[in-house]
Amino acid sequence: MVGRSLPGWLVAAILAAVLVVAPFVLPTIGANADMLSRILIWGIFGLGFDLIFGYTGLLSFGQSAFYGSGGFLAAYLLVSGKIGDVFLGLAVGTVGGALVGLVIGALALRRTGIYLAMITVAFGEMFFFLENSPLSAWTGGENGLPNVPKPAIHLGPIDFAFNTDWRMYGFIAAIYFLGFILARRIVNSPFGHILTAIRDNAPRARAVGHAVQRYKLAVFVIAAAYAGLAGGLEGVLQGYMAPDAFTFDTSGQLVMQTIIGGPATLFGPLIGAAVWLYLRSILQVVGFGPAWKLVLGLVFVVLIVFLRHGIVGGILQFAGRRTTPEAIPTSSGAQGLHLVERVAERPATRGDVVLEARGVGKRYGGIIANSDISFAVAEGEIRGIIGPNGAGKSTFFKMLTGEILPTAGRIFLFGKDITGNDVTAISQQGLSKSYQINQLFQKLTVRQNLNISALSRTRGKFRLDLIRHVDEVPELNADVAETLRLLSLTERADAPVSELAYGEKRRLEIGLALGTGPRILLLDEPLAGMSPQERADTVKLLKQIARGRTLVIVEHDMDALFGMADRITVFNEGHILAEGTPAEIQANPGVQEAYLGGVHAA
Amino acid sequence: MLNWGNFSSQLFNGLVSGALLALISAGLTIIYGTLGVLNLAHGALFMLGGYAGFVAYQSTGSFVVAVVVGAVFVGLVGVILERVLIRFFYERPEEDQILVTFGLGIVLVEVVRAVFGSLTQNVPAPAWAAGVTSLGFMIYPTYRLLVFGIVAVALAALYLLLYRTRLGMVVRAGIEDPTMVDALGINIQRTFMIVFGIGAMAAGFAGIVNAPIISITPNVGDDILIECFVVVVIGGVGSFAGAIVGGVVAGEILSLTSMFNPSYSAVMLFAVMALVLVARPQGLFGTR
Repeated sequence: MVGRSLPGWLVAAILAAVLVVAPFVLPTIGANADMLSRILIWGIFGLGFDLIFGYTGLLSFGQSAFYGSGGFLAAYLLVSGKIGDVFLGLAVGTVGGALVGLVIGALALRRTGIYLAMITVAFGEMFFFLENSPLSAWTGGENGLPNVPKPAIHLGPIDFAFNTDWRMYGFIAAIYFLGFILARRIVNSPFGHILTAIRDNAPRARAVGHAVQRYKLAVFVIAAAYAGLAGGLEGVLQGYMAPDAFTFDTSGQLVMQTIIGGPATLFGPLIGAAVWLYLRSILQVVGFGPAWKLVLGLVFVVLIVFLRHGIVGGILQFAGRRTTPEAIPTSSGAQGLHLVERVAERPATRGDVVLEARGVGKRYGGIIANSDISFAVAEGEIRGIIGPNGAGKSTFFKMLTGEILPTAGRIFLFGKDITGNDVTAISQQGLSKSYQINQLFQKLTVRQNLNISALSRTRGKFRLDLIRHVDEVPELNADVAETLRLLSLTERADAPVSELAYGEKRRLEIGLALGTGPRILLLDEPLAGMSPQERADTVKLLKQIARGRTLVIVEHDMDALFGMADRITVFNEGHILAEGTPAEIQANPGVQEAYLGGVHAA
Repeated sequence: MLNWGNFSSQLFNGLVSGALLALISAGLTIIYGTLGVLNLAHGALFMLGGYAGFVAYQSTGSFVVAVVVGAVFVGLVGVILERVLIRFFYERPEEDQILVTFGLGIVLVEVVRAVFGSLTQNVPAPAWAAGVTSLGFMIYPTYRLLVFGIVAVALAALYLLLYRTRLGMVVRAGIEDPTMVDALGINIQRTFMIVFGIGAMAAGFAGIVNAPIISITPNVGDDILIECFVVVVIGGVGSFAGAIVGGVVAGEILSLTSMFNPSYSAVMLFAVMALVLVARPQGLFGTR
């Protein structure tokens, strides 16, 4: 993700040129039309898989279910004559694959990681058995479906049949080209950016207001559509739809080809398929046939161990290393902070109550983390929350943001009961939190991080804007530029998060919460781990942010907090011990006692 | 069609294959629970047990030796794999762990194919366990009864190892909090190696014990792996009890439904898994 990419028209032109030139060059090294067509079909299959695995981080081992469903649906309709036009048959197969993806995705995406891998394997296998027996009247069972027709175009005077190997290559190459362009647009769309954010840090993507589960399901369905199309093409290419399409090997081969070629590159699966099919045929020619899968298996393991980004990823990395400038200037806090020129006086009057907890409690079995907390913050206020470690401050914050459910009481945001709303919904209603421990999108740049936040403000929690470029989102760039300026990270905008200094990461953490455009911002220990200079700068930043916003800050740095806050709430042992102005709290004997650990001063 | 004799023998078949699935899944689940690695090479280790036993049987003619060799050899292979490959993946993303064991499984299968070819090989049941035994209400193959017995013993041994020994305590503590165990000065690295070895051994043991029932091919573990996934999804990942209950449930589903229509039995298995996913996504005994 990091780094420049070539302009879209150039990539398209290069791809088109390669697809046109390939038939003239590659046969000289032993790749015939049939092999090239098969490579392209795997490439189409892989475009979808790369979207879910490479870009979204969802490892499915069940893509055969969609490939086979699309393939057999198209083949059945065409062979039985229910649909005469091959183009229409392929389109219906594509939709069929997508629908199967919708059903399986709805079930499988309830879990992630290893569960997702196992569940998708199992569903893939289920479809294999379904095809083989219960549905054999339509699918031909173990025999598959022969006599799948070839496409032809009949448009007035034009009468063209794709009836030779090279014509079929042309047909499939054209589909690959279109499929690639679409996939690339998806990757560069706001939708695609959110996918990479989900891969990087799904909980944070959820917390900044994106409906992660719906994005996952959407991309899963898109991948299933690509798979269905590829399956249909296999039947059309061979003139025969083989039951092998549904086997676990199909899913496994797709995964391996993607890894070999390089995930999150779009071209990777195509390159992987080329290596796979070409190596297989070469090894067979030199009489090494039976060992081809052993060789590929070893290559695969070695790549996983040493070159996780595959062939394309490795090339890109190598190219990137040579052209990336040596060092990106770091912004030191002192030189960078030009955000404090003038901090406007905030109005002395306070508005209505915007955030309120009534009798809120949280218990875990016998352990009471919070009990009977009633708490109200007025519009425009800066509220500090203090309390010893384990006093329940962070638990309380998590209930306010919807990360955990209270076991008692109600929470109101702008007068509306939000108890039970999830973190995404609450973020969309204008309350956001910066975390005590940085929750950044590690593999993205600073700008991309802030894009993710800002997109939730402009697009809401879910939007299927697959085609438009992220740069076309109105005001996104201006919005993010403004946040960058506020955070003094403008010069670091294109640095990946991993290259940031600690203080910069802390500011970006605040920026992620700020980027969603919250009216209420919760800050969980924003000054933790900072040097005195960084603290001073961050306090200025917070004062700036407070203009036009309500802040609630949990912080152990008393000097900083008492200098900023209008009112202070003191937590102790899960409940509220005291509340008042900083002066009142400083004079409160109960607070002193709690902090001194119960030592009674004489 | 449906009569008592048929039903009870299918019930027993389900129990036998269920016990085998339970043992293999238990290996899979303790490896995941302890090391955090989903071992996709587990089916290949099952297959390897069959072949190691086959070789031992060919040279000694003793089935007992074959079983011991099958289990011990795969256990050793497991230890070596953990040392030279798997341990470098503990800190890497879950997907990488899945992928590397997936690749490893393919390599193991293809190595065996290169050495033994793709044809099926047979390990006969020992002469003393051939034939059938009358159970009073039905007549049942003696060897299958034996399999049920020794798998039950193996599961019991695994249970005792996990719940009644110091190693087991470390393993279970490691499942809860590996960092803490490490901090307590317990050699978690060594524990990981042993656990991977034991998990592999369970698969290898099941592989050779199963060989007289289903003759072996290089791909004999492929379907087993997928069935184990179903077992673990039904039972709950990381749960020993879940593996056993899930194994028996899966074995019975496959066996009993095949009485009515064999072609639907595998579909039924996956349908039950889907049902569990809808009703209780963490599995029957899962907590996370």
